[in-house]
Amino acid sequence: MIRGTRLLSVAAALAVGTLLMAGCGGGGSSSGGGSNQGTTARGPITYVQGKDNTNTIRPLLDKWNAAHPDEKATFKEQSEAADQQHDDLVQHFQAKDPNYDVASVDVIWTAEFAAKGWLQPLKDSFTLDTSKLLPATVKTATYNNTLYAAPVTSDGGMLYYRKDLVPTPPKTWDEMMSMCSIAKKHNMDCYAGQFFKYEGLTVNAAEAINTAGGKIVGDDGKTPEVNTAEAAKGLGRLADAYKSGNIPRQGITYKEEESRHAFESGKLLFLRNWPYVYSLATTDGDSKVKGKFAVAPLPGETGPGASSLGGHNAAMSAFSAHKATAFDFLKFLESEDTQRTLVTQASNASALTALYDDPELVKKYPYLPVLKTSILNAVPRPVTPFYPAVTKAVEDNAYAAIKGDKPVTEALNDMQNAIKAAAS
Amino acid sequence: MSATPEAGTGEAAPEQITTPPRRGRPELTAARNRLGLYLIAPTIVVLLVVIGYPVVRAVIMSFQNDAGLDPQTGLFVSGGFAGFKNYTHWLLQRCGEVKCPPGTLGSQFWPAVSATIFFTVASVVIEVVLGMWMALVMSRAFKGRGLLRASVLVPWSIPTAVTAKLWFFIFAFAGIANSLLHTKILWTGSQWPARFAVVVADVWKTTPFIALLILAGLQIIPEEVYEAAKVDGATKWQRFTRITLPLVRPALLVAVLFRTLDVLRIFDLPYILTGGSNGTTTLSILVVNQIRQGFNSAAALSTITFVFIFLVAFVFVKVLGANVVKTQQSQQKGAR
Repeated sequence: MIRGTRLLSVAAALAVGTLLMAGCGGGGSSSGGGSNQGTTARGPITYVQGKDNTNTIRPLLDKWNAAHPDEKATFKEQSEAADQQHDDLVQHFQAKDPNYDVASVDVIWTAEFAAKGWLQPLKDSFTLDTSKLLPATVKTATYNNTLYAAPVTSDGGMLYYRKDLVPTPPKTWDEMMSMCSIAKKHNMDCYAGQFFKYEGLTVNAAEAINTAGGKIVGDDGKTPEVNTAEAAKGLGRLADAYKSGNIPRQGITYKEEESRHAFESGKLLFLRNWPYVYSLATTDGDSKVKGKFAVAPLPGETGPGASSLGGHNAAMSAFSAHKATAFDFLKFLESEDTQRTLVTQASNASALTALYDDPELVKKYPYLPVLKTSILNAVPRPVTPFYPAVTKAVEDNAYAAIKGDKPVTEALNDMQNAIKAAAS
Repeated sequence: MSATPEAGTGEAAPEQITTPPRRGRPELTAARNRLGLYLIAPTIVVLLVVIGYPVVRAVIMSFQNDAGLDPQTGLFVSGGFAGFKNYTHWLLQRCGEVKCPPGTLGSQFWPAVSATIFFTVASVVIEVVLGMWMALVMSRAFKGRGLLRASVLVPWSIPTAVTAKLWFFIFAFAGIANSLLHTKILWTGSQWPARFAVVVADVWKTTPFIALLILAGLQIIPEEVYEAAKVDGATKWQRFTRITLPLVRPALLVAVLFRTLDVLRIFDLPYILTGGSNGTTTLSILVVNQIRQGFNSAAALSTITFVFIFLVAFVFVKVLGANVVKTQQSQQKGAR
């Protein structure tokens, strides 16, 4: 049996050492970070993005590397899951990693990263020309009246409908609900979006609220303004449709893929989803709706409805060692050639307004004009550094309202209070 | 030197079964002690770094505020010392000045506690009953017993994430569960079906583990005891309750302790199966969700979870007498 006291004293010494290490560990997130270092430095950079499913990025980087042999760009590919991409960026930015020069940041994370001082503000020597970009995309990259990232890709919601059953698409929500009798006649469900309790629900709820003239947060991006009559009208439409069965019961288990499958197997008349569904529904082997569907802008009040904005912005790290090169890379990503490649190779929605009217692209991607209308009428989700808490407030309460667990006005009140609590 | 009496010969007198008396010179003993110390020092260091440091750091972090927004610059600044504010946020539902409204993570604390306790009680009770039955079957001698024992482990060996996805498809609205039962239940769409789905998936996955732990305990019970009981005219039920249960109690308690602590910390199964919606959010899921909104508050929640689980383990060890260290024999001797 080991002598207890000797062992205890060694363990105690190590414990004290541990506590001292903990004291030196430093606090949580600290503000600012060398944003004025090396504004003219040039050299090799790293571009960080999530999984490149269409092999578009590597050829683009090869093109850049051929033109800039001394400032080569390396591709750091992250996982496919958005949450993991977010956490990976957070870890590297918190460690002030100088090796992450340019990162592809989802539109909903831009404000959060900007407020933590991790992104280089794009002003003064790094001023970016935003005149050719879609205005809504620029809004997602702006925080506190400063541009923090360069919009690269966008995304807007569109209404997919069966053109063999409904020759002209509905222009308003009420018109769409009146067409549900056609769905019933053919033994189909009427309308579905993404109503599972996740980020997609915030997208759909925001669309419903914004289309009806309501807002989730005010113009400062922080103050909640969601318990208004307009917001109640918008969210109430979803709740009523669920109650009456126009949105099928299983709709609350739908994410993007489940709703796409329902539409492709001919069980759904109207679908709200992202543009990626277009090519899949046309080329999938088991798609029953090939050639029988078309797209239209989301139904609205007097014009097209307000879609939520998706997409990614490219941001320069505040800790990058080669900022001048990184800035040139941002401009490269926004150049017309690169944007055209992103549309044709990766089926992304471009951030450049002009490309939506290009006749060659429109011939290949017939949904481009509809997508342009969608994005021109898009309202970004709240651009706030507390986005995770805000989206949780919207998700939880919208889910309860749609399912009928709470009346809509109570849900909006709770949403208002929860968003207020999020910023405290 | 006279030989030290060895433990193990069943007829030895009780006093001599414990540690052999110390013989030899004191310096040799001291040297052996020092050698022992040096040999385990690396392990202690690793344990302190991997376990001790994070726990201590989390406790220190839980007394700091999360970063707040400086209204002038719009940038986050360090929150400073928080006292017990993070703890009252969770335990007393204080979100600033008000009670946490629905839609914040704070409001989900007590529902998460109740969901976690529900999963623990339901899963462990069902697993113990089914596991005991499976162990009793497997302890008999029959042809193919080896194959049964090996194949029963298959659910346990599949990674939990894969299992969760498997059951996700089974319990989907258009999935097999609804087809076989001719129902149209929204399994992931409302509270009790979702909780049922998680419990079923968890029981499917871990009953083999409990069954094998209980089987190990069953193997030690000598056949003669059963034969003697049969001769005395004991019924099957009496043999089970008067012989099997008391003698298998040590192994059973260890299995229950492990499983209880496991389910109290469960994260991956409900997260992937239901996303934590509809009353299936457990404490671990809440911690992970909070990490994205503020590390220090998450550290407080994780400390609360740690204390809660520690108390449960304490109750098991002190009150129910689960002992993972003593040998089976000395435990069985104590059970008489």
